[in-house]
Amino acid sequence: MPQTATTNILAILEADFNGIIEEWLGTQVSEGVKRSDLFSDSESRSQNAELLKAFSKGVRAGVVDAEFDLEDTAWEDLRAVLADVTKERVNRGVTPTEMATFVLALKSPLFSRLEAMLSDDPSSLIQEVMLVTRLVDAFAIYTNEVFIEERELIIERQREEMMELSTPVVELWDRVLTLPLIGTLDSARAQEVMENLLQTILERQAEVVILDITGVGTVDTQVAQHLLRAAAAVRLMGAECIISGISPMIAQTMVQLGIDVGTVSTRSSIRTALADALKTVGYVITKTRDH
Amino acid sequence: MAGVTTIHLVERALLVSIQDDVTDTEIIDLQDQLSHRISEEEVRGVVLDISALEIVDTFVGRVIAQLAGISRLLDAETYVVGMRPAVAVTLVELGMYLPETRTALSLTHALTQLRRA
Amino acid sequence: MLNTSRDVVTARQAVAREMKARGTNTIRITRFATAVSEIARNAIMHGGGGELFVFLDRSKTYLIVRCRDRGPGIEDMDRAMTDGYTSANGLGRGLGGAKRLSHGFDVTTTVGEGTIVTMSAKL
Repeated sequence: MPQTATTNILAILEADFNGIIEEWLGTQVSEGVKRSDLFSDSESRSQNAELLKAFSKGVRAGVVDAEFDLEDTAWEDLRAVLADVTKERVNRGVTPTEMATFVLALKSPLFSRLEAMLSDDPSSLIQEVMLVTRLVDAFAIYTNEVFIEERELIIERQREEMMELSTPVVELWDRVLTLPLIGTLDSARAQEVMENLLQTILERQAEVVILDITGVGTVDTQVAQHLLRAAAAVRLMGAECIISGISPMIAQTMVQLGIDVGTVSTRSSIRTALADALKTVGYVITKTRDH
Repeated sequence: MAGVTTIHLVERALLVSIQDDVTDTEIIDLQDQLSHRISEEEVRGVVLDISALEIVDTFVGRVIAQLAGISRLLDAETYVVGMRPAVAVTLVELGMYLPETRTALSLTHALTQLRRA
Repeated sequence: MLNTSRDVVTARQAVAREMKARGTNTIRITRFATAVSEIARNAIMHGGGGELFVFLDRSKTYLIVRCRDRGPGIEDMDRAMTDGYTSANGLGRGLGGAKRLSHGFDVTTTVGEGTIVTMSAKL
């Protein structure tokens, strides 16, 4: 049989599959990356087995003249198994470094077997070791990328959940909504907050929306623009908008910046804004008893 | 789902439901048609229901604003109702605030306001 | 093919449909479809008609629209970016607005030969 670059590697993988798995696990333990606190022995073993099986498949079909590309279809299985294993690991709190070291630990069992096989042919040994190195390194780098992507997805999801919690639209009264804006408004947050607000106006058939900026520290041109856009959008939906909580500082800044509020009502306190809103929807507040 | 733009006369107000796949040409025709009907039928208001519109771009926005202006000159008020949240957000981002156009939460709200006028 | 006002509607609805089929959220669809509508209309009104292509990028995370007309091209890019309805003589093409509503936005124009607008949205 003609010797190709991968003949020896494949022979090793075939001959001693389980042995390699055990050694791989062993190296992972000694590198401190097996994480038996997160994964049971059988889980770890089966993950390694799946990965090695897919790796072998890739080596068999995806290496031509010692060249390979992990994006090829030949490596499909490996990519798929990797995606699953990575997701599991990310979800349970494994770090990127641990994950990369986990993969790199595969070199050790492969090297030792290559050495045994080619001890009397040092130049071939060196060539094969280099190929294995490149393969496992590429494997590790790819793993790292997948890992980071998965982590970013999780972070993004958490960020969204947090944003929903921090900017709730409150139905203060029948058909009166209020949105207390806390902190600085950044572009992405402003968009989502706006959409949520408008959707609520629709669902609750709210006639008045009070945008309270008492909790907003500074108002610069951008913040003012977001505010006015929000007020305009509220009006387009058919509701009235009142901006409340304008402090003397903010009022000065807005005038200095030449910001024209136009037809939007503004009130310094939420109290007056609420009184206005209630009047609009047909209510009047009267005192019933002297305190 | 394509529908047909319908116009009904109720309480001396023209209720117009614009369908989703209305083209630029059709909307100009509509504007023309409405202008004529407003003056001929002594209409005091126009309620434009755009709840079927998933996309409102600057052209449609401009036509709506024009219609509001035209109707006002003919002594009728135009109300836009049913704007979708996503559409409202997009329009304000494009800078189209439609300040001269009245808006209402629903057909009922618009008619209530028209009665008061 | 973009020639009539009906085509503008077809184009934007096709884009919306594609994005919806891939699970994009409503507001993103509305924003981008609106931008596409503006560009498609420009191609007809200023460019004398043209073609619009819709495709995905390699990683399938972005929808790309390429709109090309063989009109006179854009002479004053700055003016073209201004809104057509707020400027005094209404000659701006509103490209600025379309750009704001898109993720990626690029305009290549050659005076006398035509304009190509390439825009993208995250799915």
